[in-house]
Amino acid sequence: MGSGRFLLALLLTAPGLVGPGAAETLGDAAKGADIFGKECKQCHMVGPDAKNRIGPSLNGIYGRRAGSMDGFKYSKSMARMGADGLDWTIERLDAYIENPKALVSGTRMNYRGLTDPTQRHDLMAFLRDYSDSPQNIPEAQPTAIRTVPDLAPEILALEGDPEYGEYLSAECTTCHQKDGSADGIPSITNWPEEDFVAALHAYKVKLRPHPVMQMMAGRLSNEEIAALAAYYATIED
Amino acid sequence: MTLNRRLFLGSLTATLAAPMVMAQSAKPRVVVVGGGAGGATVARYLAKDSKGEMDVVLIEPARTYYTCFFSNLYLGGFRTFESLGHTYGKLAADYGINVVHDYAVGVDRDAKTVTLASGSSLGYDKLVLSPGIDFVEGSVPGWSVESQNAMPHAYKGGSQTQLLMAQLAAMPAGGTFAMVAPPNPYRCPPGPYERISMVASHLKANNPTAKILLLDPKDKFSKQGLFEEGWNKHYSGMITRIGPDMGGNAIEVRPDTMEVVVDGEAEKVDMCNVIPGQRAGNIASLAGVTEGNWAPVHPDSMLSKLDENVYVLGDSTDQGDMPKSGFSANSQAKVAANHIRGALTGSKVFPAKYSNTCWSLIAADDGVKVGASYEPTPEKIASVESFISQTGEDAALRKATYEESIGWYTGITTDMFG
Repeated sequence: MGSGRFLLALLLTAPGLVGPGAAETLGDAAKGADIFGKECKQCHMVGPDAKNRIGPSLNGIYGRRAGSMDGFKYSKSMARMGADGLDWTIERLDAYIENPKALVSGTRMNYRGLTDPTQRHDLMAFLRDYSDSPQNIPEAQPTAIRTVPDLAPEILALEGDPEYGEYLSAECTTCHQKDGSADGIPSITNWPEEDFVAALHAYKVKLRPHPVMQMMAGRLSNEEIAALAAYYATIED
Repeated sequence: MTLNRRLFLGSLTATLAAPMVMAQSAKPRVVVVGGGAGGATVARYLAKDSKGEMDVVLIEPARTYYTCFFSNLYLGGFRTFESLGHTYGKLAADYGINVVHDYAVGVDRDAKTVTLASGSSLGYDKLVLSPGIDFVEGSVPGWSVESQNAMPHAYKGGSQTQLLMAQLAAMPAGGTFAMVAPPNPYRCPPGPYERISMVASHLKANNPTAKILLLDPKDKFSKQGLFEEGWNKHYSGMITRIGPDMGGNAIEVRPDTMEVVVDGEAEKVDMCNVIPGQRAGNIASLAGVTEGNWAPVHPDSMLSKLDENVYVLGDSTDQGDMPKSGFSANSQAKVAANHIRGALTGSKVFPAKYSNTCWSLIAADDGVKVGASYEPTPEKIASVESFISQTGEDAALRKATYEESIGWYTGITTDMFG
């Protein structure tokens, strides 16, 4: 463990090896270790003897397919994300740590999220110690770590018009059933509005992997997303 | 022609006093012809959203509607025939739609009436035609609708699907299944190739030495890379495709002797699925809203370009980039319903948005999909963004895609029939 972190520290202090600005984007692994201890260790292990506990082992998390750790029982929602092709890139991990349900609606990870971007980046720098191929982490642009969904407060504050949402929902009902039954296609009925908004924005910016949903969300405006969220939050059977 | 018909119908009414099915009430009335993905959806959305402000009449001959989409899965052994059937009970009971099981045989656009096979006629304020497809006469030399029992098309759901399945099940060991694929444009672009896959799946399980001969007039086809990859993987050596370079564009069939003639050479086969060239459902031509084989519509509303009181939906239309599919018809129906309500009740008309996704099953748990979103431009319904499954995808994703298609089937049929 120590040598890994040492190597990373070397990389981070040698800009020529990792490209300009990488150090400032990845954060401080030593601080990340402390954050891991406070925020994650209760459920997750990382390091040479790491095993699955309440949460899966986080060794080799970068580049890993979501829901793919042998012997760990994932939520249906996480398994679906894996089947849809979600790999843990730095961007997705960042979004997941920030607000787990925004990326994976039905995740079992009972964690409120880490809102401070600096802390998240420190934590990710620490986790990077335990990935086999850290050079494969997509970190090309120094400032490319988006805190996506990165929803501006004004987007979250938008009050959706449920009537307009009902009209727009005609596009959803071709696949998603209004009564909430889920048969190969997840239910979107009676979600908390914030989760609904976060999920659609995550598809809109292609952080969530499903191509149909990326396309559908891609052309929805902020107001339309708010309207759909408002409508689906209030459906009565 | 319209003038003549009106005069004819006018004199008929005067002399024979042909009974009206229903007296025209004070409410506006929308008559919908065809109870499939376009017609059932538009009727349901009109009735649901107008909350009693209009009368909605749905004319559909079949009491049980068997979807054409997913019928290939029945051939492959992945669905029962019964699971493809849907009735109109909820549309009548829960939505107050007047469902009339009859054939529409004529439209008088000047008098704004639809004539039914029973002889009665129905007045309308707005008419929606969603009659699906009919076949172009002479498209495949030697084949006509009269030959559909010997060489089924099975490109309309129901008894034709059952007939093709019966012939498939009765095929002799090591026999040859031939398909004549249609020229563009036609209903469900990946449909013939999904059918090849599902027939192959059936034969692999029940008649493994049988062969499949695909005669195709087109250079390339929908999801070609995905299908060909799947055929190599699951049905190696079973399927031969003859494209236009080898005479696939000049096929003659002989239903009496069960022969196909390729490039002048007759070949005996054991069954032959002929999917001919297609055109708008016949009632659209009878109504005079077609130009050539299809009915042109305004891209922002699905309103006929030839009559401001007639809408056309789904396979029958010439609208631009959307494929002819159940998903497309369902999507178009919602745009039309919104537009019709605006015209008749003054409700708000929202901008049109369209979308489509077509799932195909190649083998057990090996599903693929293609789709796009669309928006109206002044000229046509234009594709905005599209996606397609990739070759080499892992088994988990293919299984998820198949499971998603089952969810979609439940979703769209609920959206159509309530």
